[in-house]
Amino acid sequence: MSELKLMKGNEALAEATIRAGADAYFGYPITPQTEIIEYLMTEQPEKRTGMVVLQAESELAAINMVYGAASTGKKVMTSSSSPGISLKLEGISYMAGAELPGVIVNVVRGGPGLGTIQPSQADYFQSVKGGGHGDYKLYVLAPSSVQEMSDFVEDAFDIAFKYRAPVLILSDGLIGQMMEKVYLKDQKPRLTNEEVIEKYGDWAVTGKKGRERNIITSLDLQSEKMEARVRRLMKKYEKMEKEDMRFEKTLCDDADYLIVAYGSSARISQKAVELGRKKGIKIGLLRPITLFPYPKQPLFELANQVKGILSVELNAGQMVEDVRLAVEHKIPVAHFGRTGGIIHTPEEILEALEQKIIK
Amino acid sequence: MEVLDIIKPENQVFCKTKLMTDCPLSYCPGCGHGTAHNLTMEVIDEMGISEDTIGVAPVGCSVLAYDFMNIDMTQAAHGRAPAVATAIARTWPEKYVFTYQGDGDLAAIGTAETIHACNRGENIVIIFVNNGIYGMTGGQMAPTTLEGMKSSTSPYGRDIETMGAPLKITELIANLPGVNFVSRQSVHTHKHARKAKKAIRKAFENIKMKKGLSFVEIVSNCNSGWKMTPLESNIWMEKNMFPYFPLGDIKVDGKLK
Amino acid sequence: MTEEIIIAGFGGQGVLSMGKILAYSGIMQDEEVSWMPSYGPEMRGGTANVIVILSNERISSPYLKVFDTAIILNQQSMDKFQSTVKPGGVLLYDPNGITIHPTRTDIKIFQIEGNKLAVDMGNTKISNMIVLGAFLKIKPIVKLDNVIEGLKKSLPERYHHLIPLNKEAIAKGMDNLMSFKVNEPSLS
Repeated sequence: MSELKLMKGNEALAEATIRAGADAYFGYPITPQTEIIEYLMTEQPEKRTGMVVLQAESELAAINMVYGAASTGKKVMTSSSSPGISLKLEGISYMAGAELPGVIVNVVRGGPGLGTIQPSQADYFQSVKGGGHGDYKLYVLAPSSVQEMSDFVEDAFDIAFKYRAPVLILSDGLIGQMMEKVYLKDQKPRLTNEEVIEKYGDWAVTGKKGRERNIITSLDLQSEKMEARVRRLMKKYEKMEKEDMRFEKTLCDDADYLIVAYGSSARISQKAVELGRKKGIKIGLLRPITLFPYPKQPLFELANQVKGILSVELNAGQMVEDVRLAVEHKIPVAHFGRTGGIIHTPEEILEALEQKIIK
Repeated sequence: MEVLDIIKPENQVFCKTKLMTDCPLSYCPGCGHGTAHNLTMEVIDEMGISEDTIGVAPVGCSVLAYDFMNIDMTQAAHGRAPAVATAIARTWPEKYVFTYQGDGDLAAIGTAETIHACNRGENIVIIFVNNGIYGMTGGQMAPTTLEGMKSSTSPYGRDIETMGAPLKITELIANLPGVNFVSRQSVHTHKHARKAKKAIRKAFENIKMKKGLSFVEIVSNCNSGWKMTPLESNIWMEKNMFPYFPLGDIKVDGKLK
Repeated sequence: MTEEIIIAGFGGQGVLSMGKILAYSGIMQDEEVSWMPSYGPEMRGGTANVIVILSNERISSPYLKVFDTAIILNQQSMDKFQSTVKPGGVLLYDPNGITIHPTRTDIKIFQIEGNKLAVDMGNTKISNMIVLGAFLKIKPIVKLDNVIEGLKKSLPERYHHLIPLNKEAIAKGMDNLMSFKVNEPSLS
């Protein structure tokens, strides 16, 4: 059973968080994602499911609240937009180091600095190349529709608890602000405290009833122990690459040219593919759904088939580096993207493909 | 005769609480942290709440508090312990949640988290050990370093003109309506330690009665950072720290003293 | 069928809500819909616009630069969006406050006195529904019943008593649609 609604991406994500049986949300207002905390405050999920919603004094406090609740095995989320995510990186690094599950949402706006409140994908590097300090990676899900803003919440929590690791949902102002049809899942019950203790009692700090104490920390003053911790993290990331990499191919079977794009850019590129095909150019689209793990192998394989690739991103050229690495420079790869909050049009994308790749 | 033969239960007049682990303390000899740890654990032991208590360790000398306190603990980023504790207390309202923080952690980098957790009246205990210096990093100026006091980053003494006055964060937060109990104690003599324990006990009992936030400051020494012997440091503390940070209850049951 | 529409005007003219009702109406007849607003400082007293797409296929890009229909409610929007109508497309506008009228001859242009008619009806807030009625007269892409269902979905329950008024406004719009002829350039 599911419920059909017309919702903004941000609202759909907020509603899905309640329905996923989340225990808590901690956030701080920033455009273009403020609807998430506004929706949650209006919905009063503490009355619906007992979920806690709190407006923190800063993004720093919010991510550390996530750290706290996650330390106890609770299902917890925070959300922000680019400048706020920069602040959260401290806590995100600590969560990765302390091996805590949790979901962080970034509804990206243009940067650097205060930048613009309009949509952007300029936080790709920050999201997939670490962002915070130390050897860690985030599992990154990139929704490209309001439906995925809703669906990826539960997926993100599942991955977070499967690996005991923070998971990032990387959206942007376009997906966050637009409304589409969305099928909402049924309410999942929140775990009771007893269930949390039973499921996560081997590591979570819930009070040491009937067991030895648990400690959550990211600190290992002995180098050998710290190296062992880093190795353990790397094993997780390898496992993510093997088991949980996601992508979507559209019209790739007969494609001569390929567009690689994620999130909102993938939606716009899809239209560019349609326009191109109307002109007789066989274009395919590969949409990475997870940005880490990145769909390296599918891209590598397509490099044997297509003549060139255009990486379309709302930034000055970030993911294009990963595309080049994936195809090992076998075929031409170019970048196209607008910045500053300007959204590229399907026509511009097709023109860029014709000029930079087809020539 | 083996040591264990001498320490027979019937011969013991005092024994360490089982909520302190056998891990040797990493604190300098003469430091007040060990006593502050011990008093906190004794209170939790005596109240019989060790299985329902979750502690939050800070960054600073007491970052390894979780090695010594034999209860469930999570370690927070520098200054963020009140935010971490907020979330634990909100999602587990029946648990006893406390933070243990130093002056740099609580009154400098974590000022916002401290003030806002206090202002919201989170149902937690904050134990604040104030020794007027950054001990862990080797004796730098703290927000509570006294005027004229030398440290590695105020080598000519703290200059109020350029470095500001020592921050009385405890008096500051005592004025917030969400804060129920505020007390300033010390642990350098057993008489003082007994009083400090009473304050810590009251703070944890407040959690049980859901009275809001309780805040216990422990003015302590840092003989290494102050470059003194333990005894000298305690005498110096009495003479210099106590006049600026006077001991006693500051707010009880929501009323300023 | 795919209909790509931009609705643009001042904030407060009901631009976003008109788009929302249209999107809801689409859902009521099982279509795919998307609603992409301009947001941010533009919303506060400035111009507001929203791109609405209704389609019986999966919608690719929710963000477009050219449209089948432009619904325009102020001069700034006329200046900005007249050129974005596809050749053969539709431009519908409220002449209230428009000093520089459209000039394109390769599109179909219509006027609706939304603002004036709403004043006549005694409720300026329903001008957007009058405009919506006019649009549905030109392009009956959603059934009136579905618009009413869409209204029920998009309005909070406490406003449901206003639905008959909205229905009346839509009818008013349908009855008062005027087509607009661009003057041939004169020699003077």
